Amino acid sequence: MSTVDSAGSSSPDPTAATGTARVKRGMAEMLKGGVIMDVVTPEQAKIAEDAGAVAVMALERVPADIRAQGGVARMSDPDMIDGIIEAVSIPVMAKARIGHFAEAQVLQAIGVDYIDESEVLTPADEAHHIDKWKFTVPFVCGATNLGEALRRLGEGAAMIRSKGEAGTGNVVEATRHMRQIRGEIARLATLPADELFAAAKDLRAPYEIVAEVAAAGRLPVVLFTAGGIATPADAAMMMQLGADGVFVGSGIFKSGDPAKRAAAIVKATTFHDDPEMVAKVSRGLGEPMVGINLDDLPDGQHYASRGW
Amino acid sequence: MPYSQAPLIGVLALQGDVREHVRALDEAGARATLVRRPDELESVDGLVIPGGESTTLWRLATAFDMMEPLRKMLSTGLPAFGSCAGMIMLADRLVDGVPGQQTFGGIDMTVRRNAFGRQVDSFESDISLTSMAGPPLRAVFIRAPWVEQAGDEVEILGADERAGRIVAVRQGPLLATSFHPELTSDPRIHELFVDIVKGST
Repeated sequence: MSTVDSAGSSSPDPTAATGTARVKRGMAEMLKGGVIMDVVTPEQAKIAEDAGAVAVMALERVPADIRAQGGVARMSDPDMIDGIIEAVSIPVMAKARIGHFAEAQVLQAIGVDYIDESEVLTPADEAHHIDKWKFTVPFVCGATNLGEALRRLGEGAAMIRSKGEAGTGNVVEATRHMRQIRGEIARLATLPADELFAAAKDLRAPYEIVAEVAAAGRLPVVLFTAGGIATPADAAMMMQLGADGVFVGSGIFKSGDPAKRAAAIVKATTFHDDPEMVAKVSRGLGEPMVGINLDDLPDGQHYASRGW
Repeated sequence: MPYSQAPLIGVLALQGDVREHVRALDEAGARATLVRRPDELESVDGLVIPGGESTTLWRLATAFDMMEPLRKMLSTGLPAFGSCAGMIMLADRLVDGVPGQQTFGGIDMTVRRNAFGRQVDSFESDISLTSMAGPPLRAVFIRAPWVEQAGDEVEILGADERAGRIVAVRQGPLLATSFHPELTSDPRIHELFVDIVKGST
């Protein structure tokens, strides 16, 4: 992978390195306090950029449509992703199926800025997630609990998002997962060192990462939230629950006034602890996406249970 | 120096890697406070503009009436340090921004956004800065900008080894880097900025 414009005056730099953990994790640090929006066309990507999104997630169908239409959900068409990369100057993410390392290779070759190994797509491997250490491009992965988050870190993920239940417009699962992860980290941080070995066994996660989280009292990577966020207040709640930022999928472009709602969610994320500001930006947004009660989801439609 | 006499440095907290700058300022002997509203600017001795997405910073600064107060304070001597997106915000002129994108300005330079390429091109490397003692800095460049042109008043502190591009500058009390010293444990850049702030108060 070429690294910089070689038209400059100097010779190759032996100290330079791409794709290091610091470079991958650092990219996610720059997204903090921001909103990453699902988009399916270049026009939507422009709307997201104009609304203040820190990045867009390029995909063929938003989760709500994947639910409605069914079938196997795969990586998007490279032409479609290219169209979005051309349309905006903010970072572009794209989704690969769980375990589908060849889709991830294609996404890296296209030049996407982050890969989401996502349960929203149909899993390609029921035993193994992608070995993410092998890639220059960084990965974000979903998690419902701390053990799942730490297993993904063990595989090389550089950013974690709570899974929530994508495409429902219902924030209850995102809340559950954020509280779960936060609670488990807090508990881990109270354990004496000699109990961390058993904790690692219970979490089914690498001991070294468990010890690192216990010592720091937080994940060594950025933790975003995802799945069901549909309103400014949803985003504000997730930020107050400890999220570093927010993914919004169907919630924007399945609503009545996407541009206005997108900008409002961006502002509510920054001023998440200021109820008057959240109230101000929540006015006059038009219809939110309709949403689904999770009890009404048929078996096999709970995306959060995909991955392990 | 007693803690209460340490300079109070604001970190612009609209979006970006605010926490890392707060930690780095703390280690460099300053008190850090978050700044999101115009009235929160009044008490600070200096300001850090963090890494993040410059278009988002610009839009939020516009929406929350931060552009004009900050322009005024930067043009009348408020010390500031910007890394990456923060460097963009301190540039008088911007190339490859989105249509209409504004900066706070203050440093007489032209900065090219995303100049080093996409994330797959992001890198870290050693870099030596003029007037900085000790071993080279480990510099982390993430979708980083570079300085395309700098005016006579601008002191060039360092250039990237491979592309030969200017990546660290100072003009009076304003300091900017293409890279992210806040992502490493090397405190020297933040110490330099804290010294600048102390010298100006």
